[in-house]
Amino acid sequence: MSWIALKMLMGDRAKFLGLIFGVTFATLLMTQQISIFVGIIKRTASQIVDVRDADIWVMDNKVRYIDEVPGLPDMDLHRVRGVRGVAWAVRLYKGQVRARLPDGNFRNLILFGLDDATLVGAPKEMLAGDLADLRRPDAVIIDKAGYEYMWPGEPWVLGRELELNDRRAVLVGVCKASAPFTTLPILYTRYSSASGFVPKERHLMTFIMAQPEEGHTSSEVCRRIEAQTELQALTRDEFFGKTVRYFLSSTGIPVNFGITIGLGFIVGAAITGQTFYLFTIENLKQFGALKAMGVSNLRLIGMILTQGLVVGLLGYGIGLGLTAAFFEATSGITHLAGLYMTFDAAIGVGAAVLVIIMLTALLSIRRVLVLEPAVVFR
Amino acid sequence: MVAMEQSVLCRDLNKEFGSGDMRTLALRGVDLEVHPGQMTLLVGPSGCGKTTLISIIAGLLYPTSGEVTVLGQPLNRMRNGNLIAFRGKEIGFVFQQYNLLPALTAAENAAVPLLIAGWPRAKAVEKAKSVLASVGLANRVNSFPRQLSGGQEQRVAIARALVHEPRLLVCDEPTAALDAQSGQTVMELLRKVAVQPDRAVIVVTHDNRVLKFGDRIVTMSDGRIERIEGRT
Repeated sequence: MSWIALKMLMGDRAKFLGLIFGVTFATLLMTQQISIFVGIIKRTASQIVDVRDADIWVMDNKVRYIDEVPGLPDMDLHRVRGVRGVAWAVRLYKGQVRARLPDGNFRNLILFGLDDATLVGAPKEMLAGDLADLRRPDAVIIDKAGYEYMWPGEPWVLGRELELNDRRAVLVGVCKASAPFTTLPILYTRYSSASGFVPKERHLMTFIMAQPEEGHTSSEVCRRIEAQTELQALTRDEFFGKTVRYFLSSTGIPVNFGITIGLGFIVGAAITGQTFYLFTIENLKQFGALKAMGVSNLRLIGMILTQGLVVGLLGYGIGLGLTAAFFEATSGITHLAGLYMTFDAAIGVGAAVLVIIMLTALLSIRRVLVLEPAVVFR
Repeated sequence: MVAMEQSVLCRDLNKEFGSGDMRTLALRGVDLEVHPGQMTLLVGPSGCGKTTLISIIAGLLYPTSGEVTVLGQPLNRMRNGNLIAFRGKEIGFVFQQYNLLPALTAAENAAVPLLIAGWPRAKAVEKAKSVLASVGLANRVNSFPRQLSGGQEQRVAIARALVHEPRLLVCDEPTAALDAQSGQTVMELLRKVAVQPDRAVIVVTHDNRVLKFGDRIVTMSDGRIERIEGRT
């Protein structure tokens, strides 16, 4: 009977395509928006993820997220180093500066000041230049997206100069870095250079990056640092989660994306539901005839579910394909690069599509179940 | 125990629809016997209860009271699941509006009762093609309903009704949607192909031109059988 169900479904081309369109539309809209939402939210903490050579972030105990960090006295670095289980600890500056270009234009930047000796927190992949060049006087490295933002359409030229707080900075490399939430360029320099590039503040050090000794877990060392120094110490994952939670709870991003995702669900369900219901109504006489000829209600339910599931699978597959194509097509656009369809979004939307199909099929099933087979004689 | 001389035996059959002020008596104490090897025509004005009676005989409706025995089975006491299986195996249907599935070819449409019975598709379609040949549609087996005339569609419906070799054929106004010539052809076909020694055929009709094809003519009026003409 599944074969008859599929023939019935595909026999009405207009409705069949309409049904697939409804599910495809819902899948595309929901998957794309969820993926962009997840991508953008992850960007709020992308610089935490990019630092792979230290597991522990130590900061002021009132810090709520990575972009709002007061300076720490240098003495805190020594206090952290003195905590049992800390293998090493180094300083890190992260803040915003304004750069002036030779043509008079200026741009805001995210500046990282890395420990002079170890360069902990340095970019992991250089696209032009050498990380070692960061040790040259006034040297800075910029991320790829930042370079394209600062000098759009121009080839990579090392040796370019810019002014940071009236001090000369020389570009010695272009690196790969995860896109930040604000799409500002990311500049890396040594901590000692950063102290000149940043307007004077009493305390420059914003973070202390630490690594636990072998035999100690990061969480355990974090709790010990907090107990002894009254600073806030978080593992990479904890700090990532804290930052993401801040943006989720303090911005309109989840609500805005939630509305679009919800609309995708509602519109998809409405189109699919209405079309499928109409399809069933138009075939009611045929269903009645099948009932009269000896098809049980259970088999009719199976037929309708088969029709629904085939529509759902096709629409879902096409929707996922279009979403993947969207992200592939936009991967070359600087401010959209790094956004991709997430596995979780695909699975979640799959579940939502299943709900749409089941709700839709239920409406039709109900109509067919209450149908008197004697209707064929009226 | 019912003697097998009768394919259908109805005793004091009553059927009510609605309740209270809306209560309608569609059948009032109907007694009827239908014999195998005969074509029984059910005639009468609209609303006289023909469709209700045929629906009860075909196992599509339960009577409010009375007994209905079809091919030895007391349908009014059968559970719905058994009734569905009984219909699928023993009863063939020809509908006024044909009710062919538009997405299936003539052969596939005619094969539907066999597919319901669980036959493999290829085997079912093969058998359906041979039945279509017997109703004169050997050259239209791969046509879709939209490519057939009304008369041809009704012949496909007849093939569908006969493909599983039922012992009771129930036809509801099979000529109502056809022109006079096609109606005559369909009735001749039913007479020739459908009426078999072990099969009873019941035809509900308004069409006086087809009365000559019936062995017995049962005239209904106001939910009752008014008269029965022809051999018993």
